Amino acid sequence: MEGIVGYGAYIPRNRIKVEEIAKVWGADAPSYKRGLMLEEKSVPSPDQDTITMSVEASKHALKRAGIDPAEIGAVYIGSESHPYAVKPSGTVLAEAIGAVPDVHTADFEFACKAGTEGMYVALGLVKAGEIKYGLAVGADTSQGAPGDALEYSAAAGAAAFIFGRENLVAKALDTYSYMTDTPDFWRREYQYYPQHGGRFTGDPAYFKHIIGAAEGIMNKAGAKPSDFDYVIFHQPNGKFPFRVGQMLGFQKEQIEPGWLVNKLGNTYSGSSPLGLTATFDISKSGDRILIVSYGSGAGSDAFIFEVTERIDEVRDLAPKTRDILDNNKKYLEYGVYAKFRQKIKMAD
Amino acid sequence: MRDVAVIGVGITKWGELWEKSLRTIFVETALLALDDAGVDRLDSMYVGCMTSGLFVGQEHIASMLADYLGQNPIPAARVETACSSGGLALRLGYIEVASGMNDVVLVGGIEKMTDVSGYEATYALGTAADQEYEGYHGLTFPGLYALMARAHMDKYGTTREQLAQVAVKNHQNGSKNPVAQFPFKVTVEQVVNSVMIADPLRILDCSPITDGAAAAILCPVEMAKKMNKPIIKIIGTGHATDTIALSSRKDITWLEATYQAAKQAYAMADKKPEDIDLVEVHDCFTIAEICVTEALGFVEKGKGGKAVEEGVTAIGGKIPVNTSGGLKSKGHPVGATGAAQIVEIVEQLRGQAGDRQVKNARIGMAQNMGGSGGSTLVHIFERE
Repeated sequence: MEGIVGYGAYIPRNRIKVEEIAKVWGADAPSYKRGLMLEEKSVPSPDQDTITMSVEASKHALKRAGIDPAEIGAVYIGSESHPYAVKPSGTVLAEAIGAVPDVHTADFEFACKAGTEGMYVALGLVKAGEIKYGLAVGADTSQGAPGDALEYSAAAGAAAFIFGRENLVAKALDTYSYMTDTPDFWRREYQYYPQHGGRFTGDPAYFKHIIGAAEGIMNKAGAKPSDFDYVIFHQPNGKFPFRVGQMLGFQKEQIEPGWLVNKLGNTYSGSSPLGLTATFDISKSGDRILIVSYGSGAGSDAFIFEVTERIDEVRDLAPKTRDILDNNKKYLEYGVYAKFRQKIKMAD
Repeated sequence: MRDVAVIGVGITKWGELWEKSLRTIFVETALLALDDAGVDRLDSMYVGCMTSGLFVGQEHIASMLADYLGQNPIPAARVETACSSGGLALRLGYIEVASGMNDVVLVGGIEKMTDVSGYEATYALGTAADQEYEGYHGLTFPGLYALMARAHMDKYGTTREQLAQVAVKNHQNGSKNPVAQFPFKVTVEQVVNSVMIADPLRILDCSPITDGAAAAILCPVEMAKKMNKPIIKIIGTGHATDTIALSSRKDITWLEATYQAAKQAYAMADKKPEDIDLVEVHDCFTIAEICVTEALGFVEKGKGGKAVEEGVTAIGGKIPVNTSGGLKSKGHPVGATGAAQIVEIVEQLRGQAGDRQVKNARIGMAQNMGGSGGSTLVHIFERE
């Protein structure tokens, strides 16, 4: 049986509140908080990017996995904020954790589902017997244009998973992907901020694909919503995961442990993967977990995991996701946030 | 001139129709009107459309729509007076049939607005204002109607709650209309606490951005009688213009073009406001409905707010206004709005309006307005 042998999370300590952003743009903070169920979001420091956060999350995953990093045969980072347009992120991560040179590395990009995309491929290679271990990271320092609705949610964070065949923390019982060409959100080369289709990102995009993937994997596995202890959906705002969960027949209680977005924001490629790490943190042996990502463009990857008894041994070997989210926070004013996110143009 | 009847109407569900193109929406709707009329060929057609060029990058749509409706080589024209383009299509079709030039004419409207972003849609709609004197200085339509609302409140004591009651009433009506974009009810509290757009107008004071079409088939009354169709006669038509810049008007709370167009229609039909059983008006913003009911003579100048508060304009009131839900709840695909008003009036006069039926409705009116009132079409219909 294949599955996850170690998992890890990383979230920068900086936060900015919805009110602080709304104040600058003369926007109505209560309506954002009510309408999108957002309170604050994480912000990377100037010396943090997708690579540094991937390294942090991967180190945490290695602690839980307890394996020799040299045995990792694949290193994948999924992100839409790779620091370089040309030059891989994955090589830096592979080097930093000591997985080089006997390793396959690739950077994935598929809007917010690039993280689960790497997971899908790493798990596939393990299943095929090509590699002993595969590391997949979903990480983003998400971009939202100043004043755009996205600015209230675009956040930073990373989640890492090491796949293998022995000493599993969670068995991977099933996978399924659901994909169409649906241009709801995009950023072209040389553009700094993404553009989106407004309300078009809802029904024909997020909801259609998540429902398609969730129903697809449940049909494949012969499962129904009540068969799962927990479920994680991509979290572009607070409202969507609950609404799609309700449409599919899941209960609030199944969603809540992995629902981080109100305090974290949308970490794009890290979003549903971070929800999975938070859910592992509170799960017990035998729990069944469904995760469904969503990436604009558009598609969803779905996985069914079953937690093993090894969770009790590894849970405390690295920082737990909720602890990172709730502690050691530092609140920024908009000016400092703008500087950190390079929204201020400096002299050459 | 010959008497003219509406013998068929068609409308399909309005909303954000991302899966359908402009031509698909129009053809599906026009086919319903042809089916309803029981005809399969047209002599000509007029299509109201404000700005397909800015919304979908396609001009020259009349020939295209005639083609996809299987009606080439009939004459087809797209007509435009901003948001009153649909009403203009009706007037031109009426004149063509009344004159004896042609017998069976389709009049309709279409707008496909959701293929562009909110900013682009606001710009496209803004081209119906005076660009040099308003648009380039930053005024948008919510801004223009907010000025009218503010002036009406100052001059006549119209209240914030009275504005809200227009939205409450229209959503109440629209909740019973299966084609409405937003068929749900709202409360005064929800309206007055919704997101601010242009003080004093909030989001629930504003009509939405909508994809949709509507169509009607006209023919001479004599022909309609032979076809054994329920006959809804067009007994009055009026069309008037005003300055398109709000700043050029003597009184920005008064819609002179609506008053003038109504005067023509009343005179032609030999009717008075008291004779009208129901009216569809152009409530692009809540304040617009208040001003329009005054200019049409249903309420005294300055009393439009009070009238909605007292239920005068509700279904069951003295003069039911916007039984369809109006632009507010049904949606506002700008070029189609005037054509959709015909559909509502015809369904009401035929007694086919379901839960929103006005009892014993015999005479109905439609008022369709472009921009901030720079052009207006008024039509009066009577069931024979």
